[in-house]
Amino acid sequence: MNAPLLDRRAILKASLVGGAALVFDAKVALAATPGAKATTLNAHIRINPDNSFVIGAQNPEIGQGIKTMLPMLIAEELDIDWAQVQIEQTIANEKVYNGQFAGGSFATPTHFLPMRRIGAAARQMLVKAAAAKWSVPEDSLTTGSGKVIHAASKRSATYASLAVDAAKVPVPDLAKVPLKTPAQYKIIGKSKIGVDTPAIVAGKPLYGIDVVQPGMVYAAVEACPAYGGTVGSFDADGVKKLPGVIAVVPINTSYDPKIGNDAIAIVATSWWVANEARKALKPVWNDAEARQYSTAGFASAAAAQIDKAPQGDLVKKGDAEKALAGAAKTVTAKYDYPFLAHATLEPQNCTALFQDGKIEFWAPTQNPAPGRALVAQMLGIPAEAITIHMTRIGGGFGRRLSNDYMAIVAQIAKGVPGKPVKMIFTRTDDLRHDVFRPAGWHSFTAGLDAQGRLVGLKDHFVTFGEGGKPGTGAGMSGEFPAALIGDVHYGVSYLKSNVPTGYLRAPTSNAMSFVFQSFLDEVALAADLDLAEFLRRTMGEGRFIEPVKGVTGEFDTRRARAVIDKVCAMAGWKGREGGNGKGRGFAFYYSHRGYFAEVVDVTVNSGGAVHVDKVWVAGDVGNQIINPINALHQVQGAVIDGIGQATAGQKIEIVNGSGNRTNFHDYPLPRITAAPAEIVVEFVPSDNPPTGLGEPALPPVIPAIANAIFAATGKRIRSLPIVPAQLV
Amino acid sequence: MTTTLSVNGQMRQVDSDPAKPLLWVLREDLNLLGTKFGCGMALCGACTVHIDGKATRSCVTPVSAAVGKKITTIEAVAATPAGKKVSEAWTALDVPQCGYCQAGQIMTATALLTDKPKPTDGEIDAAMTGNICRCATYVRIRAAIRQAAGLNEGTAA
Repeated sequence: MNAPLLDRRAILKASLVGGAALVFDAKVALAATPGAKATTLNAHIRINPDNSFVIGAQNPEIGQGIKTMLPMLIAEELDIDWAQVQIEQTIANEKVYNGQFAGGSFATPTHFLPMRRIGAAARQMLVKAAAAKWSVPEDSLTTGSGKVIHAASKRSATYASLAVDAAKVPVPDLAKVPLKTPAQYKIIGKSKIGVDTPAIVAGKPLYGIDVVQPGMVYAAVEACPAYGGTVGSFDADGVKKLPGVIAVVPINTSYDPKIGNDAIAIVATSWWVANEARKALKPVWNDAEARQYSTAGFASAAAAQIDKAPQGDLVKKGDAEKALAGAAKTVTAKYDYPFLAHATLEPQNCTALFQDGKIEFWAPTQNPAPGRALVAQMLGIPAEAITIHMTRIGGGFGRRLSNDYMAIVAQIAKGVPGKPVKMIFTRTDDLRHDVFRPAGWHSFTAGLDAQGRLVGLKDHFVTFGEGGKPGTGAGMSGEFPAALIGDVHYGVSYLKSNVPTGYLRAPTSNAMSFVFQSFLDEVALAADLDLAEFLRRTMGEGRFIEPVKGVTGEFDTRRARAVIDKVCAMAGWKGREGGNGKGRGFAFYYSHRGYFAEVVDVTVNSGGAVHVDKVWVAGDVGNQIINPINALHQVQGAVIDGIGQATAGQKIEIVNGSGNRTNFHDYPLPRITAAPAEIVVEFVPSDNPPTGLGEPALPPVIPAIANAIFAATGKRIRSLPIVPAQLV
Repeated sequence: MTTTLSVNGQMRQVDSDPAKPLLWVLREDLNLLGTKFGCGMALCGACTVHIDGKATRSCVTPVSAAVGKKITTIEAVAATPAGKKVSEAWTALDVPQCGYCQAGQIMTATALLTDKPKPTDGEIDAAMTGNICRCATYVRIRAAIRQAAGLNEGTAA
């Protein structure tokens, strides 16, 4: 692993002000002499004597391209060439680096300005140093390719030659430092391949699972299959006598720290040995209560609840009951979707060394700061005693926002102090001990007036939660089109569950898009319209709709309409089209600040198998695509991820209190044969700051497929996953 | 017991249980970490290596079954003519997202092009269907194989 950019001899101290902007404190004395060693200009930039530049990539890389993109922003404003840049992953340090997590498609909107300001501030300090050195006005100087240039005297100086003087320049006010105009961009908007791509192709060790530390041992974990069950007894002696086994350590997985130990770790000289030794463990669990929960039980409880009055209100505006009673036509339907796993291809793993009351991690975490807090709590040590090195991550999708693997390996490491230990889940462990996308049930009624206009909408959402609060990832906000019509009632009821839930890529939206955009297609049909036209009419005139706190979010009908119109033009959308097993579907969804409309063509064969043939995507994520090649890749991947959720057969069932899927034969991921022949992507720029792309392209594809299947077969999909039995 | 393996052109000795899967011998005993663990049941292809040139799932191959055979891993595949073309195309098209599956993808693609230098689109999909990419880089996997094969446009399946 690379040394942290902020070493003890860092010549500038970086600190956070107001939790947002980085400032540089130049009071710390210089430690370097010119040309002798690299100069650390701030917490993100180090200038090498050869005038190459190390830029710290501060956010976790899960395949979203952030390790390339954030340094692009710094390099742009520092005004250096991309070929001069080397990139290092920084250490996790929430006191130095703001917003150091991969989630919610937040990194682009959070960091677009701050990262540029960091580069621009460093550039300004270098310019000031040159101005002082040459006794010329700052505004007579220009920069480029890592040099300051004084054209009038034909002088130039490399940044490296100015770095030590620059480090003495007072750090400028980041909020006021001048930034380039888009016309001046040389890096932003130009495609850059992933910084790690050559190393990945060469098979270099980059991931958490690849970490090797001197004297490292390995751990496998047997956790109680039923969530909430605890350790009763196990054959510690039988395991310990096996060759290669070093220790047996009961632990708590951290899903519920209050219940005591719910898992047993085996430490051995080899992970394969540790995992094989699980066969001798003979665990007995205290899990009678946990085993009562099941998918069948949840489904019957939901069915019993959904026709009753909701337990609470999520959105209640106007008088939906009255509007529906007076409607010329009403449409009703029930929808549901299952628990899903994340199934990152790199199974959950983590490496840690516990020594002298301190712990050091090599962690594939999407969210290190809460991991630090969790470990501090679980081990009873101060946060300052925890060091977290961030590794490249073999897929996140929200799974690694939960830091259970850190808590697990921390307890194991404490059980074998002085030995670095690498804990790895098997695929079965990974599918069973996930924080699942929660299942959910919806019962809708919509009303149309005589002109086919949407005049009222009701949804009873049955989800998981307790005490009137949803479980993690199990809530719902004021889903579209609540903000657009006057009479709306979204009610909610909660089921008790033992199942750990969490955030899956485009959380809540991946499910809500399916139920709302599929149901609205039914409503559009009742109005004799296609969904695209029905949405245009429902949205009405172009306007920005202000958010209503706790009810509905902001929404811009102009941005929505622009992507809807664009995708219809791209695909040659002519309204409802299909039959004889071929059909075309449309859907729109706004999530994670991105507006996306998508059209898909599907084929449904006589056996009920669905294939997505082609997809068109129009998206608005603001006025600037930062790294076009990666933006395209994120959209392509999100689309096929959605195709997988819809058609690959993904579904976790709870049996005896535990997820029952064990590997990729019973939890299938989309394979190359599921990929459409073509995914056509166009971005529709709008006058808004750039926003993230890891998530918002995914939600619309799922209802677009369901709507295309209806066009192809006349069969309405109201339950995921889509399986042949629904279509024959 | 001591086992001698031919890995990437070198004879390597390991002290291992003969039942230990080749994947874990490569990763733990030989420090060749490019070959990845994904499923342990030959379902995802992340662990694909070449044994005597044939794409093989190392997670279900006991090390004893690899004795006396030539093992090639991702770390050395670019030294083969097809592997070089595949690796270059993979980089040029920026195929990886998270990248975790890509060693297996490259090994399978290299075996395909060694066997069939000009595969049809149908043959590409058929050869690659055992390799899961959770990020779904499939559009570029197809394109990179076509580029490595010198097929600029798709051929009929």
